[in-house]
Amino acid sequence: MIRFLILLLLGLLAWASPARAQEPDHRALVAALAEGGFSEKEAAIQAVAATGDPSLVAVLEAMGDGALYTRKSDGLVLIGEEDRRQITLIDPLTRETLETVGSREVERVRVNNRLRRALSAAIGAMTLLSPDPNVRSEAAQSVFRSADPEALETLDEALARESDDNVRARLEQARAAALLETDADLETKRAAIDVITARGDRDALSLLVALRASSEGELQEAAATGAAAIERRLKRWEIAQHITYGISLGSVLLLAAIGLAITFGVMGVINMAHGEMVMLGAYTTFVVQEAIRSYYPPLFDSSLFIAIPLAFLVTGIIGIAIERGIIRWLYGRPLETLLATWGLSLVLQQAVRSLFGPTNREVGNPSWMSGAIEIGALTITANRLWILVFSLAVFAALMLILKRTSFGLEMRAVTQNRQMAGAMGIRTGRIDAMTFGLGSGVAGLAGVALSQIDNVSPNLGQGYIIDSFMVVVFGGVGNLWGTLTGAMTLGIVNKFLEPYAGAVLAKILVLVFIILFIQKRPRGLFAQRGRAVEA
Amino acid sequence: MFLTRHLGPGGWWFLLAIAAVAVAVPYCNLVLPPAHPFHANSYIVSLLGKYLTYALLALAVDLIWGFCGILSLGHGAFFALGGYAMGMYLMRQIGDRGVYANPLLPDFMVFLNWTELPWYWWGFSSFPYAMLMVLLVPGALAFVFGWFAFRSRVTGVYLSIITQAVTYALLLAFFRNDMGFGGNNGLTDFKDILGYPLQAGSTRAALFAASAIALALGFLIARAVTGSKLGKVLVAIRDAESRTRFLGYRVEHYKLFVFTLSAMMAGVAGALYVPQVGIINPGEFSPANSIEIVIWVAVGGRGTLVGAVVGAGLVNYGKTVFTTAMPELWLFALGALFIAVTLFLPRGVLGALGDYVEWMRRQKPDPLAHIEAQRQARREEAESTEHFLALAAQARAEREAAPAE
Repeated sequence: MIRFLILLLLGLLAWASPARAQEPDHRALVAALAEGGFSEKEAAIQAVAATGDPSLVAVLEAMGDGALYTRKSDGLVLIGEEDRRQITLIDPLTRETLETVGSREVERVRVNNRLRRALSAAIGAMTLLSPDPNVRSEAAQSVFRSADPEALETLDEALARESDDNVRARLEQARAAALLETDADLETKRAAIDVITARGDRDALSLLVALRASSEGELQEAAATGAAAIERRLKRWEIAQHITYGISLGSVLLLAAIGLAITFGVMGVINMAHGEMVMLGAYTTFVVQEAIRSYYPPLFDSSLFIAIPLAFLVTGIIGIAIERGIIRWLYGRPLETLLATWGLSLVLQQAVRSLFGPTNREVGNPSWMSGAIEIGALTITANRLWILVFSLAVFAALMLILKRTSFGLEMRAVTQNRQMAGAMGIRTGRIDAMTFGLGSGVAGLAGVALSQIDNVSPNLGQGYIIDSFMVVVFGGVGNLWGTLTGAMTLGIVNKFLEPYAGAVLAKILVLVFIILFIQKRPRGLFAQRGRAVEA
Repeated sequence: MFLTRHLGPGGWWFLLAIAAVAVAVPYCNLVLPPAHPFHANSYIVSLLGKYLTYALLALAVDLIWGFCGILSLGHGAFFALGGYAMGMYLMRQIGDRGVYANPLLPDFMVFLNWTELPWYWWGFSSFPYAMLMVLLVPGALAFVFGWFAFRSRVTGVYLSIITQAVTYALLLAFFRNDMGFGGNNGLTDFKDILGYPLQAGSTRAALFAASAIALALGFLIARAVTGSKLGKVLVAIRDAESRTRFLGYRVEHYKLFVFTLSAMMAGVAGALYVPQVGIINPGEFSPANSIEIVIWVAVGGRGTLVGAVVGAGLVNYGKTVFTTAMPELWLFALGALFIAVTLFLPRGVLGALGDYVEWMRRQKPDPLAHIEAQRQARREEAESTEHFLALAAQARAEREAAPAE
């Protein structure tokens, strides 16, 4: 994209600028690029760079890409675009398309790695003066990597003109890198090392490591200190990155498990069809998006806002139906509940498979959910961030419902003492159904979120059911805070183990850890105490 | 004397039925000519043999669930471990007849550029050692797991969920190539067992008979356990665990014993399953498989042993019919079965049958019924007379007490 912009810009410049008057001169410079051995070519490249004329950047870029050719008929050096052995020739100075020839009629100007380095340094130096700050920043970056002392003059010129702070910082870093290659005095070089250390990314690290290997004495020491500082910094960022990944995984686990924390934790009902509620939520999102695509495409960005209440309603109503139809006959027989809901999950899976087909369905990300945010060396994708926000919002909403509404009060009353609650006039059967509906509805919400990061297939729920149970059991049954802590802990532990053990082994280790943990604390991290325990 | 004491008439009939099947199926396969209407082809023999191993597996689950209340959702793991132990023996029997013709290593190891056999594969070229492992590996896992779980009193659904996590963890582990168990593809391409080619009809028939014998032995062992004093304690644990503990029984020891025994039975079932099916892969560890075993037992009727065998046969026959005729509908049927059995047939087919027989017996007119009815009427009459007299006496006493006031 940037390259295209440069080309466009340069094309315009070349066409309009007085550089046309110097054309024969430029023509000779370009011709020199194709002559002689690699050392002569390198000299020619530096000669082109010395003009500082941005119109010649395209030639150098074409040379680096292997798209510079010598026409055999007249020896002219031209830019060529190859397409299936046919080469379209373009004049490098006038930018006119000349002709399309077979590959036999031209000869490619050959380059080696040394020339490629020289080219990128030259291009970097020449684009440092571009009016576009992005191009300048990019150029500073490439000069930094090549650390070419030849670019120093251009860098100083660019620094004098620079107004953008970010680009200025980049330029200064590039200048520091270039300075280290010159025979400047120790103090200057020390200052340069400090500038590079402050930059603190992988490029800076590799530069300093190279310097540490090539220099000696005090300079080597300074380079070593700088490299060590960067390494420490990167290590810290790496830990921060693991934690963010872990929190992201934790938020997904939280979403998947929190509905279960209500049905299993509060009601004591083992709902093996919980994963299928998540899956139905994801399919609701799919249906909503399909409807929007075919009837009113501009609405696509708000598809999730439509899907959220719909998914809650759909899965909530299905949940109420399940409670009224099956589960209420099985209260007090948890193992039977487990089997019946497992059967139900098979039926739901097969129903979805028959309706929507067994393959993954495409659920798109709205535009505000794509992209990423960078903080220092951290990259956080926007959808992960939104899911974290969403899961915390769902958690907060559930806490509010449980603690601050009359429905929540009645729900807790029924959980704690069914007979007494009934005697006080609470319709316990209705509360059971509503609670189960709430838990299932929350699972549907999880489905909307998971549709953004996972494959929407009939097996979607299966992948989460065991993890969800682990989270609830680990966190402690009947306690939403426990579920939050459990989800985040398991997420972070999993992500910290992954780099050492690999994804699958990390998962196995976490499972083993939970299994051992349950032996130690059979009622989870936040165990209920008192009478409710044995109820 | 054990047989007469614990087996009961139902048990005898069951053993006779197994013996009949063990003789009849190989006979129909080997002796009867292919044109004969009762000829059983090798597909049928393998299929029925598979059912028998499933029945043994169901028996193992019934032993712990029906008699001790431990609902294991991970029994497929023990089955698969037994199967892998057998599979490893069969892999070693291939020798240099594999695709890569490597005399030392199985094909998948050659493929992974391994140069020597991992230590846990040592000894598997010996049949007795492999059979020992079939028992020991599932047994050891069950023992270690049960040791931790039962001692810390993890019970009920918690235990079920954790057993499910165990089999899930094993599933993930066995999918890994560097575990050294063939990864995704598992172990397959077996050639022969004890020198007899696996494809031969006689070998298949022998494996079938072995499965029948194993099932019969498993049934006898299970009956011996449930019929003994130990079995009574197990049922007590199932019905009132805390009370049993307070009476002085070491509940966790009983549970650990029966859980380990059951895991070993499952391991044997797996070991017999693999040569008849010809493959073992990590899919056998999937939690869904383990839950399906539980439904076999539930359909047959838990706590009956015979019911587990009947249930395994019924459900798997249904599965074979459905998946060949209308594969789309199989999961619907299985799911509906889960729901229907838990809601309407909590004691399974055998339990419902028992209830029906009981009900029929009550319906049958009793020849002495009218005499009993007369007696009852007279007794009631006498009681009401007594009651009247008592009331009259009380009234008189009150009347006499009244003037004193």
